[in-house]
Amino acid sequence: MVAQAHPEPLDRRVPLVDPPATIQQITESVAAPMEWKAPLGWWLFLAGSLSCLGIWLGSVGYLFWTGTGVWGVNNPVGWGFDIVNFVWWVGIGHAGTLISAVLFLFRQKWRTSINRFSEAMTLFAVVCALSFPTIHIGRAWLLYWVMPIPNQMAVWPNFRSPLLWDVFAVSVYGSVSALFWFVGLIPDLATMRDRATKKWQQLFYGVLALGWRSSHRHWQHYEVAYLLLAGLATPLVLSVHSVVSFDFAVSQIPGWHTTIFPPYFVAGAIFSGFGMVMTLMIIARSIFKLEHLVTRHHIENMAKVTLLTGSLVGYAYAMEFFVAWYSGNPYERFTFINRMFGPYWWAYWSMIFCNVVVPQALWFQSVRRNLGVLFVISILVNVGMWFERYVIVLTLARDTLPSSWGSYSPTIFDFSTYLGTFGIFFTFFTLFVRFLPMVAIAEVKAVLPEANPHHDDGHHAAHGGH
Amino acid sequence: MSKLFPRWMNHLPTVLAVVGPLAGVGVVAAVNYWFSPKYTDVGYRPEQPVPFSHRLHAGELGMDCRYCHNTVERAAVAAIPPTNTCLNCHRYVKPDSEKLALVRASGETGQSIPWVRVHQLPDYSYFSHDVHLSAGVGCASCHGRIDQMERVTLSQPLSMGWCLECHRNPEPHLRPPSEITNMAYEPRAAGYDPKADPARQRALQPPENCSGCHR
Repeated sequence: MVAQAHPEPLDRRVPLVDPPATIQQITESVAAPMEWKAPLGWWLFLAGSLSCLGIWLGSVGYLFWTGTGVWGVNNPVGWGFDIVNFVWWVGIGHAGTLISAVLFLFRQKWRTSINRFSEAMTLFAVVCALSFPTIHIGRAWLLYWVMPIPNQMAVWPNFRSPLLWDVFAVSVYGSVSALFWFVGLIPDLATMRDRATKKWQQLFYGVLALGWRSSHRHWQHYEVAYLLLAGLATPLVLSVHSVVSFDFAVSQIPGWHTTIFPPYFVAGAIFSGFGMVMTLMIIARSIFKLEHLVTRHHIENMAKVTLLTGSLVGYAYAMEFFVAWYSGNPYERFTFINRMFGPYWWAYWSMIFCNVVVPQALWFQSVRRNLGVLFVISILVNVGMWFERYVIVLTLARDTLPSSWGSYSPTIFDFSTYLGTFGIFFTFFTLFVRFLPMVAIAEVKAVLPEANPHHDDGHHAAHGGH
Repeated sequence: MSKLFPRWMNHLPTVLAVVGPLAGVGVVAAVNYWFSPKYTDVGYRPEQPVPFSHRLHAGELGMDCRYCHNTVERAAVAAIPPTNTCLNCHRYVKPDSEKLALVRASGETGQSIPWVRVHQLPDYSYFSHDVHLSAGVGCASCHGRIDQMERVTLSQPLSMGWCLECHRNPEPHLRPPSEITNMAYEPRAAGYDPKADPARQRALQPPENCSGCHR
């Protein structure tokens, strides 16, 4: 073993595992959190998450019992926290596919140590997101009406409604992400099965590993399947949030009816997704001692993507405003001036501060490599993206007809349902870090110098011992 | 390492891939058949407190439906007649019949006869008899051959899909206003063309939107 990592001799790139580790050590360090006796902190975190989940169950139970009147939605603000939170969670769920599929197709090898983690985050965020449309229909037991199932009512869903497109977009996204995540997990599940010492572990990982034996034929099929799924998932990165933006853009509300919405929503989604990955990763890598796999280099790369997408979002805000003026449409102009100086000015300026001003700090390498500052920025990014959706939805409060203006104030149940979705999210997450490998073991091994076919040429002395 | 799973489990994915979709289709088909009002409701034929025979009154005696259900042309609900409507005749016809004991008692006390409702729509659907009658929908179209029923039986599913079948293509089901209560009238056999009828007052555009029936 060498003490210090050095750039690859051919491409001079920074090593992705730093300090370097042997193949054996990588398996050991990723498997450790699953094989430890669960520490007290894990139990406390699980208890906290389950408490939030309980709050969610209580809020939703009361909602089902009483009806959507327990929320602050009203006329004219028929959409409130439910859609704000839906769009927010779906947006967060975008980083996973971007990292796993798009970066895979672009051969960005630094994705290998964060893709599993962010895909898991994606899936859990999508579950949280889907909970909102499910409960906001009021009669959740009639949810199956959104599916085109033949029925005696002779009624089909309204295929011209973007809300229905949303159902398909998000459920396709959820299922493809889950499939992609699971296929990627199979070799690692087999590793865990083979390491398992207890019967239940052998069965749990054994069932999930689907009989993986690491044969050449298995790997060949695996690589093809993974590539195909990456190809399938890539358009979804763009399509899902485009369709989510149609919920607004297809309507005729001033401030919503704009063609910039799809790209602007996609950029915002990736922005918030990377924000959430950073928030969670900065904590997880230190708790689970994975700093050598998820290096500062990885975190810095994520910060760069955040800066890029944050700037795109800032550009979209400016362009929206410009077009409102340039179009000469008085209602459109009023909407944007109202956003800035109307009753919800505080939400607008919070959004601008968090999404446009704060990410500019990421231009500086010292900030990108400072985990504490980065952690704060990543949280502010998601606060800002929440306010973005709040600002957009609250456009409803003042439309073209002043006599129908109204206002919106969320109730305690709006807040408790929102808090409760964090319970869903973190309960899944706590279980995930304990029972599944949170870094793709097999993939990380492939980016080790040892995996390079020319690795041993003339380096026998330096890299012995594997 | 010892063998974890038996060998037959290798077939599990194939079996699931075949059985899964079939089960999905099967559930939808089963719900469509066994849960539909066509299966659960048609043929409903409750015992009534008084063995009133529509076959006798509307069929053999040829009484018009509107003699008893007198609000049907003017109101949403086709009235169940008050006991006095029965007694108009039965004061003189079979005044001592055993079967009419409850009718006489009701006439004396003023307590309604507890008829059991056969044709029941859900509260969230706003059905109006007068509109359907003036559009030329005959009684028999929804209630069947009441004039041949000893005891009233639900002959149509009264489901939403069944309503929409006619709302989407009403013409074959319509008849001239003069034939509304004619139980034996067959629009198709009679060659009636609602578009050519000068007596027709309503346009042939039954609502298909949600708020047509769910207000």
